[in-house]
Amino acid sequence: MSSGATDTDVAAYALRLGDDALVLAQRLGEWAARGPTIEEDVALLNIGLDLLGQARTLLARVGELDGSGRTEDDLAYRRDEREFVNVQLVELANGDFGRTMARQLLVSAFQVPMYAALTGSADETLAAVAGRAVKESRYHLDHAASWVVRLGDGTEESRARVSAGLAEVWPYAAELFERDDLLDRCVIAGIAPDPEPLRLQWDATVDAVLTDAGLERPTTTWAPTGGRRGLHTEHLGYLLAELQHVARSHPGASW
Amino acid sequence: MAATPDRDTVLRVLEQVTDPEIPVLTIADLGILRDVRVDPGGTVHVDITPTYSGCPAMDEIRADVGAALARAGVEHVDVHLVHHPAWTTDWMSADGRRKLLEYGIAPPGPRPSGGPVALELGYRPALAGTDGTPSPACPLCGSVATEELARFASTSCKSLWRCTDCHEPFDHFKEF
Repeated sequence: MSSGATDTDVAAYALRLGDDALVLAQRLGEWAARGPTIEEDVALLNIGLDLLGQARTLLARVGELDGSGRTEDDLAYRRDEREFVNVQLVELANGDFGRTMARQLLVSAFQVPMYAALTGSADETLAAVAGRAVKESRYHLDHAASWVVRLGDGTEESRARVSAGLAEVWPYAAELFERDDLLDRCVIAGIAPDPEPLRLQWDATVDAVLTDAGLERPTTTWAPTGGRRGLHTEHLGYLLAELQHVARSHPGASW
Repeated sequence: MAATPDRDTVLRVLEQVTDPEIPVLTIADLGILRDVRVDPGGTVHVDITPTYSGCPAMDEIRADVGAALARAGVEHVDVHLVHHPAWTTDWMSADGRRKLLEYGIAPPGPRPSGGPVALELGYRPALAGTDGTPSPACPLCGSVATEELARFASTSCKSLWRCTDCHEPFDHFKEF
C-alpha cells in the first residue's frame, strides 16, 4: 500500500477523464451541418473525433481496472446521468458559435497541460493515452484560441457574442481544478497530475488569449460544483438521451 | 500454410497492407507497424500503434492485416494495439514521404518541438507561418508561397492549404 491508490481509484479517476472527453465529443458532434462554414464543421467534428477516441481508450481502461468487466460501450451507453462524473462545463448546451469556442478554450487550455503532465503517470495506459492526446489537444487549443481572438477582436456583434458566451461558461471552469480525496490519493500515487500547477498554466494561457482578443477576464466568484459526484445541470440528461437512444432501443445490436 | 509461418514471409505480406484513407501509403511507410512475432504455437502477433485517438481507419487496418495474412495462409493472427510510445509523424519513412508528395499531399516536416513534454505556457499563434513551422511546399508546382486554409481537413491527420503561385488547393499531412 505504499502508493495509496487502488485499482478502483485509478478506474474512478480515468472515468472522470473519459466522461469529460465523451460528453464534449457528443456536444461538438451537434455542430454537424450547423457550423458557420464547411471548414468549421469539419474542424469541430475532428476535435470531437479526437475526444471520442480518447474517451474510448480511457473507458476501456476503466472496465479493465474496476473489476466489473464492463466494455467501453457498456460505460458509454448503459449508465444513467447520476453515474457520469464529467465536469459540468463540458455538458453545457453549445449556445452559439462564440459560446462553443469560449468553452473549447477553457477546456483545451486545461487538457493541454493536464495531458502533458499525465504522460508521466504511473499508470501506463493513462500515460500512453496522454502521449497522443496532448498533441491533439494542442491543435484544439490553437483552434479555439484563434477563434476567440478573431471573434473578440472582430465586429461589435462577434465581440458581444463571444463575450457573453465566455461569461456564461466561465464559472464552470473552477470544477476542472477541484480536489477531493480520490484525486489526492491519485496525485500522491503519481497517477494523476496535481491540479495546482495546472491552474497556473491554465491562467497563463487563458489570460494571454483574452488579452489578444481584447476581452475582459470574468470576475465572477460563483463556482458551481457536483459533476465529479454525479450531480449535473439540466443539460446532461438530454445529451445522454440522444447519445444512448439507439443502444438502449436495440440492446446488443451491432452494425 | 500448415507449418509455423516464417516471420520474413509474414513481414513481406504486412508491408503490402495499405492505409484505407491514403492508399499510396503502406502501414510500414506510416510507421504504425511496430513489431511482428511468431510464437511457438504458430500464432502471428502484429503490433500496431494508432495514429490519432479517433482515427476511424484503425479498425479497418486491423481487419485488413487479418485478411492479408489469411490470404497468405496464416490461420492464427493477433493484432495488438500498442499505445506507448505514442506514434509520431517522425516515424514516417522517407519512401512514404516521397509517395505522399507524388500523390499530391505535402508530407509532414519535422515536429516543431523536440522535447517529449514541452512546457505549456501561452499558446502557439494559429496562423500558419507565425509559429516557426515552415509552410509546406506546394506538391504540384513546388512553390513555398503557400497559405493555410483550414487546420482540420478531410481527415484528422491533414490540414488544407493553398498555393499562392499556382492557386491550387492541397492537403498537408500535419506534423504530429
